[in-house]
Amino acid sequence: MVTRNKEKPVFVVDGARTPFFKVMGKPGQFRASDLAVAAGRPLLARHGFDPGQLDEVILGCVMPGPDEANIARMLSLRLGCGKHVPAWTVQRNCASGMQALDCAYGNIASGRSNLILAGGVEAISHAPVLLDNKMVAWLADWARCKTMGQKLKALSQLRGGHLAPIIGLLRGLSDPLAGLSMGQTAEILAYRFNIDRETMDAYAVDSHQRLAKAQDEGWLDEIEAVYDSRGKHHLHDSGLRRDSSVANLAKLRPVFDRNFGRVTAGNSAQVTDGAALLILASEEAVKQHQLPVMGRIVDSEWAGCDPSQMGMGPVHAMTPIMKRKRWKPDSVDYWEINEAFATQVLANVAAWKDKDYCNDELGSRSAIGEIDRDRLNVDGGGVSIGHPVGASGARIVLHLLHVLERTNSKRGMASLCIGGGQGGAMAVERG
Amino acid sequence: MTEQQYKNWRLERDDHDIAWLYIDKVDAAANTLSAAVLEELNDILGQLKEDRPQGLVILSAKSSGFIAGADIKEFTTLGGQSDAEALIGRGQAVLERLAAMSMPTVAVIQGFCLGGGMELALACRYRIADEDPKTKLGLPEVNLGIHPGFGGTVRLPPLVGAPAAMDMMLGGRALSARAAKKIGLVDYAVPARRLLDAARNVVLTSPIPKKATGWKAYTNHKLARPLLARYLQKQVAKRARKDHYPAPYALIDLWQAHMDDPRRMMREEAASVARLVMGDTAQNLVRVFFLQEQMKALGKKDEIAAKRVHVVGGGVMGGDIAAWCAMRGMHVTIQDRSHETLARVMKRAHALFKRRLKQPRLIQAAMDRLMPDIKGSGVPKADVVIEAIFEDVDAKQALYKEIEPQLKKDAVLATNTSSIPLEVLCKCLQKPSRLVGLHFFNPVAKMQLVEIVRGTQTSNKAVKQAAAFCRHIDRLPLPVKSAPGFLVNRVLMPYLLEAVTLEEEGVPGAVIDKAALDFGMPMGPIELADTVGLDICLSVARILSQQLDVPVPNRLEQLVAAGRLGRKSGEGFYRYTDGKKVFAGDSKEYTSPADVIDRMMLRFLNEAVACLREGIVDNADLLDGGVIFGTGFAPFRGGPMNYIDKIGKESLLQTLEVLEQKYGSRFRADAGWIDSE
Repeated sequence: MVTRNKEKPVFVVDGARTPFFKVMGKPGQFRASDLAVAAGRPLLARHGFDPGQLDEVILGCVMPGPDEANIARMLSLRLGCGKHVPAWTVQRNCASGMQALDCAYGNIASGRSNLILAGGVEAISHAPVLLDNKMVAWLADWARCKTMGQKLKALSQLRGGHLAPIIGLLRGLSDPLAGLSMGQTAEILAYRFNIDRETMDAYAVDSHQRLAKAQDEGWLDEIEAVYDSRGKHHLHDSGLRRDSSVANLAKLRPVFDRNFGRVTAGNSAQVTDGAALLILASEEAVKQHQLPVMGRIVDSEWAGCDPSQMGMGPVHAMTPIMKRKRWKPDSVDYWEINEAFATQVLANVAAWKDKDYCNDELGSRSAIGEIDRDRLNVDGGGVSIGHPVGASGARIVLHLLHVLERTNSKRGMASLCIGGGQGGAMAVERG
Repeated sequence: MTEQQYKNWRLERDDHDIAWLYIDKVDAAANTLSAAVLEELNDILGQLKEDRPQGLVILSAKSSGFIAGADIKEFTTLGGQSDAEALIGRGQAVLERLAAMSMPTVAVIQGFCLGGGMELALACRYRIADEDPKTKLGLPEVNLGIHPGFGGTVRLPPLVGAPAAMDMMLGGRALSARAAKKIGLVDYAVPARRLLDAARNVVLTSPIPKKATGWKAYTNHKLARPLLARYLQKQVAKRARKDHYPAPYALIDLWQAHMDDPRRMMREEAASVARLVMGDTAQNLVRVFFLQEQMKALGKKDEIAAKRVHVVGGGVMGGDIAAWCAMRGMHVTIQDRSHETLARVMKRAHALFKRRLKQPRLIQAAMDRLMPDIKGSGVPKADVVIEAIFEDVDAKQALYKEIEPQLKKDAVLATNTSSIPLEVLCKCLQKPSRLVGLHFFNPVAKMQLVEIVRGTQTSNKAVKQAAAFCRHIDRLPLPVKSAPGFLVNRVLMPYLLEAVTLEEEGVPGAVIDKAALDFGMPMGPIELADTVGLDICLSVARILSQQLDVPVPNRLEQLVAAGRLGRKSGEGFYRYTDGKKVFAGDSKEYTSPADVIDRMMLRFLNEAVACLREGIVDNADLLDGGVIFGTGFAPFRGGPMNYIDKIGKESLLQTLEVLEQKYGSRFRADAGWIDSE
């Protein structure tokens, strides 16, 4: 293990996110860069430093739009950071936003940077639609055809199958090595930990109810309104179903293991667009610019696990942090484990209680213990808020800090599972 | 490389034996084609005729651009029509000599290429323009009441076809390099780095010069011209009346009559411009041009480093001010208490950017610079804070109290109030001297004037900064004293109320409006009142009536009480559907009283005289400029004070006396009529 003692402290100054927009099939009103600008602009506006004083901008994004290569650079320029602020985009699938924070954390801890804007964004509704390789090859041949005869011949070789579009998003949500969709990996967890349909549906209803309460109580002031050019503004996560009930959810058909499965659209994360950004600073930067402090990032971890059970990533990533910090589940005040699937969160909770799993998979002699559901995803999660893949990792860290502040508590842990069989975790502390 | 010295030009020869002729007018920021510049050019061309280089490339040595036009100052010193004709003829002859050069000639155009400069470029065989947006090519002479006179009317139509040519000359609007390439005005639009290569290449390869082909060429045909001329006259008539603005009509006539005979047309062009330039319209429009220059000079950009602007109040005024500033490159935060209002601001801003900026990249950049800011986070970083909330002393003061401690040391704090004295508003401030008025006019994107309101407490620095800020956002600053109505509303309101009184007396609105249009106002007063909003008119009228002899007509109070607020409510004096005026019926049978226009205009003029006497503005020129750019007062009349001089005080005073006897004290001549002798 790397020694982490010589690290400089890394402060989270502030953060903001857009409401998360449920994808309605068509491309949404906002591209990924638009959403990132909508979150970043008010965030930078409320602090004394000039955007040009940032050392760098780091953004996580799984699949930027076709005109958004190195979307972090687009963001920094659109935010008025000027040409001299470097910017880079990171990708670790569902944890891209957390990866961006971790890169910022590392650079500040090592003294390379002092002030960083980092976070994640995803406009799933704008994910590119791709051409089949056969079609690409055909087009290349077509471009070389000179005579009418050659062209006719090429046309005769064109098949209907060539034209079938490839939805980039669906490819991104499946594991090419295991040959499974993300939903199927969730079905495997449900089977392994014996989580039935009612339990996961009940979890989903709870997620919606928690989000509804948070909205009503005004606990989501991390959200910045997004304004479109048609005279409308958007303030709330549009995936919230206040009428969600176990009875309603029971009517939905399983989508992944069709007919006999348990995972439905209702107990999975919603496909959404959104952005979340944070300002991270060193002690010098905090002093120099007189910045407020929400908390500190005190540790982070990445772990690999079985791709066909990628949903277990969180326990694999959190366990080493717990060991390093000598924490028991009780020593953490609040938890955010991204709800990719209701069953996947439940499986992680179950795994830490299961002596065999802890022993076999996590190298712990005894069961690690129980995460109190009342301290886990207290204001809803991916099932109700949505999971814009690149953004969620940044959102859960940001919201966790808000929860700690609201409850005046000290310690928090954010974690998520990652398609392809990984987990990421980040520990934060206040005060 | 050989070099020869001239005062306004620099001539170089390169290894390819190409002559590079740089224009660099001595002691001037921008190149203009003065008589001296043209004479030197004539000598240079004579020398080149002897030397026979491979080709001639004309370009500017100044970063401000190619050539901004003729020297307009020379317009004001002309002795008479024959003097003018001689001057124009001389210019034509020099450019004719350029056009007749045997070697290839190329104009390399960066920045402004306008009027006479454009005509010089047209006399070259080829034109190559820098594709940068700063490049502007145009023939804006109509804006000065004339039309092109150095052969432009003769050379342009065959080059680009009559429709594009007439559009350029009648509209007076400048084209970008790309648009110029599209219509065939320039041969190439290239990036700056390729300009010289392109010029060299064109000289050495000498391609066939471009001209209009196909249907475009036929538009100049003898048989097509009468038809097109009639269409053009109709189009022009929609914007300008012949008795007020003769130049566009003269241009159409010139083209229609003489396009087949270039030599004759040259002579007729000179005669026509000479006639026009000595006319009142051109002389007054030239005056307006100089008034505009004078007002521009009132704000010196370097007095303020304005980058960030914070506007409070997302109503139409506040929102439009914010959008305008963002369009002009400022980073703007717009604060309001309601998300709905802010969303409407963004919608209007987007529509403005789309209309003006066109390219999606630029629209997005402008939208990115305009941030809705419900929490007011923009205040601490703002260089200029503009308050544009509703007219309420307590609300404004409460806001200032909140804002002042957050302000940067040198930030400007401005109010857009039109009715509350700054001396009252500033009472809550720690530093009252920093409060200044920035009074914009509606619609912000159209009205160039901004009144810089100086309260008795306002510091000189704040006034200077505010004026400088106006130049950063391309508006014309006019410092005015803090007195009810400032300048523009003060002179406008008595005129508007007199119109309402006439309407109340039974004169149909359409008759009143027509009388004002005949005078040359851009919109009739009754329609203007509807457009501004009758409630707003009423509140301004009430404020003025407290201190001045400005009775408020009952009719106005009644309409407002009945909820008829004008265009915005669908009904005021006129009725409106979807914001468009419903035809109010024919009033041809109605015989209007003879004194309709006198009653309206004399109240206008009388108030203007009063403003000058009270020192609301510093001098008569600024009063004229302010009234023209703030109210649209008939520009071809050169402003109210200029108009008074032209007509003569004596006769206007007599009319005032008659009106006073008939209608009462509101027509009593202001003391200023006598004082200012």
